[in-house]
Amino acid sequence: MKLTTKVILMMGALSMAACTNAGKLGGGAGDGAFDPNAAVNSGVIAGSASDPASTAYFQQAVGDRVTFEVDQSSLTAVGRATLDGQATWLLTNADYTAIIEGHADEQGTREYNIALGNRRADAARSYLVSKGVPSSRMQIVSYGKERPIEICSEEACYAKNRRAVTVLAGGLTG
Amino acid sequence: MMVRIFTALMALMMTATLSFAQQGPLRIEITEGVIEPLPFATPNFVAENGSSAEIGAQLARVVAADLQNTGLFREIPATAYISNVTDFGSAIQYPDWKAINAQALVTGAVNVSGNNLTVKFRLYDIFSGAELGNGLQFQGTTEGWRRMAHKVADAVYSRITGETGYFDSRVVFVSETGPKNKRQKRLAVMDYDGAGVKYLTDSRSLVLAPRFSPTGDRVLYTSYETGFPRIYVLDVGSVQRRVLESGEGSISFAPRFSPNGQTVVYSQATGSNTDIYTMDIASGRSTRRTSAPSIETAPSYSPDGNSIVFESDRSGAQQLYIMSANGGEAKRISFGQGRYGTPVWSPRGDLVAFTKQSKGRFHIGVMRVDGSEERLLTASFLDEGPTWSPNGRVIMFHRETQGAGGRSTLYSVDITGRNLRPVRTPEGGSDPSWSPLQK
Repeated sequence: MKLTTKVILMMGALSMAACTNAGKLGGGAGDGAFDPNAAVNSGVIAGSASDPASTAYFQQAVGDRVTFEVDQSSLTAVGRATLDGQATWLLTNADYTAIIEGHADEQGTREYNIALGNRRADAARSYLVSKGVPSSRMQIVSYGKERPIEICSEEACYAKNRRAVTVLAGGLTG
Repeated sequence: MMVRIFTALMALMMTATLSFAQQGPLRIEITEGVIEPLPFATPNFVAENGSSAEIGAQLARVVAADLQNTGLFREIPATAYISNVTDFGSAIQYPDWKAINAQALVTGAVNVSGNNLTVKFRLYDIFSGAELGNGLQFQGTTEGWRRMAHKVADAVYSRITGETGYFDSRVVFVSETGPKNKRQKRLAVMDYDGAGVKYLTDSRSLVLAPRFSPTGDRVLYTSYETGFPRIYVLDVGSVQRRVLESGEGSISFAPRFSPNGQTVVYSQATGSNTDIYTMDIASGRSTRRTSAPSIETAPSYSPDGNSIVFESDRSGAQQLYIMSANGGEAKRISFGQGRYGTPVWSPRGDLVAFTKQSKGRFHIGVMRVDGSEERLLTASFLDEGPTWSPNGRVIMFHRETQGAGGRSTLYSVDITGRNLRPVRTPEGGSDPSWSPLQK
């Protein structure tokens, strides 16, 4: 009886390690890659949103993005709360690096929006650094108004497009 | 009469609010700011041998289109002709052209020999019954026939208006396909009128805002090839490109050449701050030219290379500033309502074109370099990114339509605000940059 318990615990530990690996090797954001053989325990499917070490979990449960007011690059209260979660996650999952992508809505000129998106990405990065995430694990990039996720020309869409998205990648040290 | 046409055309090119009642017998009728263009005829160029008839007709059509598209001229259709020009050397029947009110007549002749093309033309002032300037002859290859048509049109335009032409020029731009959230962009180059499009990059990497060198042989642009915006310089002839290195951990964008083609002015973002830098292309050595914590971007040199106009939000919103090409203190020049961006110094040096955002609308406008005499030329949901014709008379820009099906199209407009017209391209178009007049 005791022996059986031990074996199950060991399997659990192994499967958690496998999960971490699957998430890490998945590389890019949300590609959903996972090893189905790795999941043998407790209903956790490696790489899925129920695996707390997965990029899917980071995207869906932690929240991979913060949004901004018109023309602004200062973080909102909601944004700071999301980034608190991101910081905790990144400190727990130290093998991941991140590229923070800054974006603007279409109401602006191309170059200015690149600079504005850069400010937004940097605001998110700076906040994460203030929460202890090493700056060496993060890079920023701006897409300006080039990569909207919503395509209507109304505030409902613009509000979602003014964003900084933390995109995870496999660890440099892993 | 030469003087008369000249005076009338000069008047016509000024703003429409002036009165021309005191001008000579050739009157330009202005009604509520609408100007009557000068009527002209361009019969098909005479074929001097059997194989040149088709090309002679095509040449005349391109010359006519160049002139007519300026909005300063109106072509008289061939169906109205009383007599035709069948021999380039024979005398012009002035009364026949006068009867249909043709004030200018362009005649031409074409000779095709193998791959070689010879084009001759003459320009006549019908009401004075005399040739305007001397006949000219151009030689080239048959593939280059469009350029020769543009050269003829440039000569006609120049003789009648007294200004340099702009037809024998090219435009580099971003060719766009796909919906807003999956837009594919690649660099393309074409004749100023949208003909002869050639693609310079594929659409695997996002590319933005190409800018011609002062001689039209190279293009600066921004590409996300590495995943981060970097500045590239591309040789138009060979389509070879190389990245211009900039600081580690930073992104670079918004490049433009200096007037001598040896320096690039651009924006670089480090941390949250975007500043203006210049880089010597040969050595790769860069120098920071602004140091405010605000966004400084979209720099453009004055034609003499001594000054740089740029946009900054140091006052709280985008406005236009001018500083020395070596940096230092900047003087704000825009003070109207709204936000001003993408300034571009005119080739004549007297004006700055810009994009203005005000009350939810976008405008292309011009102002003098001291900020006075601001004039908005267009208005729409999104007009952006002006570029000057080589002679400083016309501005090309792009217009994006509203909503989920939004599409970007190139347009041109006179600096008077008249003659707004789309420039046809095979796909959507944005970020045009006009070359100098070709040699």
